[in-house]
Amino acid sequence: MNRRPLMKIVAMSTVGTVALTACGQAGRGPTTSDDGRVQLTMWTHSAGNPAELEVYEQIIADFNASQDEYEVVEESFPQGAYNDAIVAAAAAGDLPCLLDMDGPIVPNWAWAEYIQPLGLPTEITDALLPTVVGSYQDEIYSAGYWDAALSVFARRSVLDANGIRIPTVDEPWTVDEFNAALATLKDAGYETPLDIGAEDQGEWWSYAYSPMLQSAGGDEIDRDTYLSAEGALNGPEAVEFFTWFQDAFAKGWTSSDGTIGNEEFNTDKAALAYTGVWNAMDSLEAVGDDLLILPPPDFGTGPKIGGGSWQWGISSTCESPEGARAYLEFSFQDEYIAAFSDKQVVIPATAGAEALSANFGPDGALRPFVELSQKFALARPETPAYPVISSTFEKAAKDIMNGADVQSTLDGAVQEIDTNIESNDGYGF
Amino acid sequence: MTTSLTAPAAPARQQLPRAHTRARTRRSTAGRRERRTGLAMASPALILLLLFLVIPVLLAFGLSFTNARLISPNPPRFVGLDNFVRAFTADPVFLRSTLNTFVFAAVVVPVQAALGLALAVLVNQKVRGVTAFRVIFFVPVVTSIVVVSILWKFMYQSDGLINSFIDTVTFGAWQGTAWLNNPSTALGAIIVLSIWQAVGFHMLIWLSGLQTIPEELYEAARMDGASPWQQFTNVTWPGLRSTMVFVLVTITIAALGLFVQVDVMTQGGPVNSTTTLVYHAVRKGYREQETGYGATISLIFFVIVLVIALVQRYLTRDED
Repeated sequence: MNRRPLMKIVAMSTVGTVALTACGQAGRGPTTSDDGRVQLTMWTHSAGNPAELEVYEQIIADFNASQDEYEVVEESFPQGAYNDAIVAAAAAGDLPCLLDMDGPIVPNWAWAEYIQPLGLPTEITDALLPTVVGSYQDEIYSAGYWDAALSVFARRSVLDANGIRIPTVDEPWTVDEFNAALATLKDAGYETPLDIGAEDQGEWWSYAYSPMLQSAGGDEIDRDTYLSAEGALNGPEAVEFFTWFQDAFAKGWTSSDGTIGNEEFNTDKAALAYTGVWNAMDSLEAVGDDLLILPPPDFGTGPKIGGGSWQWGISSTCESPEGARAYLEFSFQDEYIAAFSDKQVVIPATAGAEALSANFGPDGALRPFVELSQKFALARPETPAYPVISSTFEKAAKDIMNGADVQSTLDGAVQEIDTNIESNDGYGF
Repeated sequence: MTTSLTAPAAPARQQLPRAHTRARTRRSTAGRRERRTGLAMASPALILLLLFLVIPVLLAFGLSFTNARLISPNPPRFVGLDNFVRAFTADPVFLRSTLNTFVFAAVVVPVQAALGLALAVLVNQKVRGVTAFRVIFFVPVVTSIVVVSILWKFMYQSDGLINSFIDTVTFGAWQGTAWLNNPSTALGAIIVLSIWQAVGFHMLIWLSGLQTIPEELYEAARMDGASPWQQFTNVTWPGLRSTMVFVLVTITIAALGLFVQVDVMTQGGPVNSTTTLVYHAVRKGYREQETGYGATISLIFFVIVLVIALVQRYLTRDED
């Protein structure tokens, strides 16, 4: 009677151990396929995104069929677990040959020697939008097929009815005009006229609100030295911007309640939405011709939007970087880039692909995003300290949103960032 | 245990050398086999505990004196007590986390224990349909805390269920706030949710304690003319002593480890009003990649929990 459960436990543990060992080995795998081709392992973050995955599968199939030296083997992870998987794989020395990564993390991984200089021909990288190329200390480490962009969505009818000027790329709203517009819309009956997206969390905060800070003349770090945030994140310009940010919530122009996504705007509960290209299709469907894609307001030094989306790099432990390079060279074709753009609604990274794409060509409905990206996109600070900067920025901005004293909160954030940079011996700067 | 079994048998050996030797051999082979089986049975648990508990604790201890990083090309360096000095002098969020953790525990431990006992007494009545209530009170416990937190997050919104309820029962006289976005209500909101979620578990433990108290004691008390309250203070409460110790210790440890609710609902905000020690350790040690400093916070947390548990053990020790 006692024996059977014991046997079961032993059997279960054995099976478990074997399974774990198998998982541990999976990353390494054999390096050659049955027909003697060198296998290149490839990890993507797009397991939850069938549209994106479909294009990758197409590229891989085409590449594998095009030559007999290499074979790309793809494995996809859900985005939420992706960075953890990479960090764990790096610790275990099991990184795949090809991996994609979010733009701002590139310098961190380059510094940590996860990835090696990309080494693609300059014809390819020069043809790309500057914000889709990831570099660290003047060396290119990654390149992507597309970029995303932020804008302010509005309804033409609503702005006209309230006598609000429709801004253009050349003449965006000044911050005073923007304030007046929000006040007018609030009086017109919108309980919170602007959906600024504050209910979201994580990287969104730095991606969405640090460009506003830069537009005001501040920044997340001093980009001349990359050694301190002093003066950039807590100078008078930063204080002025964050005071505006705090007031916008206090005055009820925007709120941190609500749902992630663009539902409030699509159902006309919010008159303006500060959101990205990925929400444009839904809004176009809901609003139709009435939809305006406007530049964000100018806080002093011209509008700015965040640049840099997911990009590809080659791991430093890759055994055949030539093969990985051959694959990446093959993949940067306009038709593939256009396919990514069409399926995911993102801005294609080359001019050739723009012309091919359904939405972003000269007459495309989402063309304004291309202009915004070309004119205003600014990469997030290219330093290995970025993960800490981003997390600190998010926390400080949230505290200010909730009523904390602006100057002392920013001073605290600067101290936190500087302590971290110091304890890492300047991250190589 | 083995020595005490064999020792009394030793004098008998002289008289019956042969027979006894055989018996002893048989018994010690059986003993050996039993020990082996015991070890074999315990080994999966022991190995897992060693691998995932003992070794990480030792690692954390070592790491807390270094500047180890999750991602870095530079090897970790021994920095002495720098991390501890940083925690207590240069990290206001750490101090706030400690305070929040204590406030949370100080409210949750007595309230949850008392509420659990009250519920247990209620569902211990011999009335029809009492099982249904037991199930209802227990349902939150078996629901994932992540799911519970997400649901309550919606309920706490400014136009959520709680506020519309307040609005209805007060006929609009009193407006609720966005509970989780207000620094003065956020921790309270998390406390209420946490008690609601876990009280069923402790109700069950109190209930098992209640059912070990023999009915005769109550009968005797009733014959002495004791009122229900006197029965409770003189029969029930003394009978629940060991249950009380268990409930107290488990609630305290669970309360000090508050993490999921904070992670899901507020991420330590607004303005640090809900950050806790465990949350701060995860944020520093993993999300901001400062493994060494995260280990320091964990070590401090470990010491605090240990001290509190020992103090509780001392205060609730058996007098004899």
